[in-house]
Amino acid sequence: MASDFVVKTLDETTRAIEQSIFANRFARKDGFLQRLDPRFKLVGVLCLILLTGFSGNLKTLLFLYVLTLGFAIASKVPLGFFVKRVWIFIPIFSAMIVFPAIFNVITPGAPLWTLVTFSSSHTVGPFVIPKTLAITKQGVMGALILVMRVATSVSFAVLLIVTTEWIKVLKAMAVLKVPEVVILVLAMTYRYIHLFLRTVEAMLLAKKSRQVGDTNIKEAHGWIASRLGVLVGKSYNLSSEVHLAMLSRGWSDNPRLIEDFTVGYLDWFWVALTAGIIAVCFTLR
Amino acid sequence: MHIPDGYLSPQTCGVMYAASAPFWYMAARKLKKTLTSKTVPLLSIFSAFSFVIMMFNAPVPGGTTAHAIGGTLIAVLLGPWAAVMGVSAALFIQAIFFGDGGILAFGANAFNMAIVLPFVGYGVYYLIAGKADKESPRYWIGASIGAYVGINAAALCAAIEFGIQPLLFHTANGTPLYCPYGLSQAIPAMMLAHLLVAGVVEAVVTGGVLVFLKKSMPALLSDLRKEVHA
Repeated sequence: MASDFVVKTLDETTRAIEQSIFANRFARKDGFLQRLDPRFKLVGVLCLILLTGFSGNLKTLLFLYVLTLGFAIASKVPLGFFVKRVWIFIPIFSAMIVFPAIFNVITPGAPLWTLVTFSSSHTVGPFVIPKTLAITKQGVMGALILVMRVATSVSFAVLLIVTTEWIKVLKAMAVLKVPEVVILVLAMTYRYIHLFLRTVEAMLLAKKSRQVGDTNIKEAHGWIASRLGVLVGKSYNLSSEVHLAMLSRGWSDNPRLIEDFTVGYLDWFWVALTAGIIAVCFTLR
Repeated sequence: MHIPDGYLSPQTCGVMYAASAPFWYMAARKLKKTLTSKTVPLLSIFSAFSFVIMMFNAPVPGGTTAHAIGGTLIAVLLGPWAAVMGVSAALFIQAIFFGDGGILAFGANAFNMAIVLPFVGYGVYYLIAGKADKESPRYWIGASIGAYVGINAAALCAAIEFGIQPLLFHTANGTPLYCPYGLSQAIPAMMLAHLLVAGVVEAVVTGGVLVFLKKSMPALLSDLRKEVHA
C-alpha cells in the first residue's frame, strides 16, 4: 500500500529521535571510556577503526570485536543493549547483501559445497553461471571478513558515541584541526535535527490520524513535496530567529570553543593500550 | 547509498577523503568569506533539513519505498557550495551519531552525495533552466532532471568505488577483502535501482518542493539565494 510510507517514515523518525535522545545515555556513568579525555578517546577510537579497516583476517577481526565487548563491560554499557544496537540493521543488512558472494558465480574458488551440476556454463547478464554451482571457501571467508569488519567498525563507533556527550565529541574534533566554524555548524545542525525530527513526527502523526483508506502514489508524492516545502519555509524563518537570538547574546563573527578538557594518567594508559592493541593485531596477521 | 565502514579499503577511503578535501576547503573558504551571523544558522538549519529529507520514504510502484537525498534541491535553493557544506554536515552527523554510513567511508559518501550529486544536479539544472524566471516551467523541470542525473551520477561513483575493491584487494587465494562485487556486478545493480527507482523519487521530490514553494511562498525562493550570496 502506498500509505505504508507514512508508517515507514514514522518508524525511522521515531528511531532517530530515540537514538538522538539516548545517544549519550551512558556518557555520565563512571566507566573506563567515560573517564578518558574526549580528544584522546576520539583519536584512539579512530585509530582502532582504521586498524579494523586494514585487518584482513578473521582472527584479528574477532580479537578486535571481543575487545569492543570488553570495552563495553568496562564502560558499564549493558552488553544486551550494545550488541543489539550494533548488529541490528547494518551488519545484518551487510550479511544479506554479501550472501550471493559466497557462490562461485561471484567468487570463484575451492568448492566447499557443490549445489548443482549443469550440462554447460550459462551467461545471465553480467553473471557467468559455471557448470558446477558451488559455495566456495573464498566466498564464505570473504563474506565473514566483511560482516565482522562492518560489525567491529560499528561497535567502535557506537562505543565512542554512547560514552561521550555529543557536544564533547564535536569539541574534541578541534584536535583534528577541524575549523571552529565547521564545529559550530555541526553542533547547531545536531540541535536542529532533533527539532525537525519532532516536527516531521507531528506531520506524520497528523496525516496518519486523519487518513481514511489508502493514498495513491501521486497523492503521496504531492504530500511529501508539500511537507518538505513547508519545512523549507520553517527552516528559513527559524534561521532568521536564531540569527536574532545569536546577535542578542553577543555573537561575534569569530566563534571560539570553550574547552574544559584535562589530561590524566588514564589517558596515557589509553594511548599505551591502543598502541598495544595495534601491536597485537600485527602479530596476529 | 550510504556506504558503511568495511566495504571499502582504507586506501580507497583515503583517496576519497583526498578527493573531497579540495571541495570542502573551497566551500569553507566561500563560507568564511561570506560568513555573517546569518550564514551560520542558515547553513546549520538547512543541514538539518537535508538530514530530514533523507528520512522521508516516498512510495514507488511495486509496493516499496525509496529515499531522496535532496542534494540538487539544496543546490538550487542555496547554491552548490552551500549544498556541499550542508549535505556533508548532514552525512557527518548521520555517520557519527546515527551510524548511517561509516566514519572511514565518510569521505566517499560525501564525495558521492555531497559533491558529485549537487554539482552534477546543479550543472544540468543550469543547462536547462539557465537564468529562467522562477515562474517558468524550465525552473522546476530543470531541477527535476538535474536531480535525476545527479543521483545517478552519485550512484555510478559509489558503484565504481565498490567495483574496484575485488580487483585491488584480495588475498593470494582470491578471497575478497572488502566489497566482493566487481564492476560488472556493482554497476548494473546500483544503476538499475537508481535509474528506475531512487532517481525518479529524487526528481519528483525536487520538482515537487520547488513547485510548492513557487505557488505557496514565491518570495522565499529569491530570498534564500540572496542570503547566501549576500
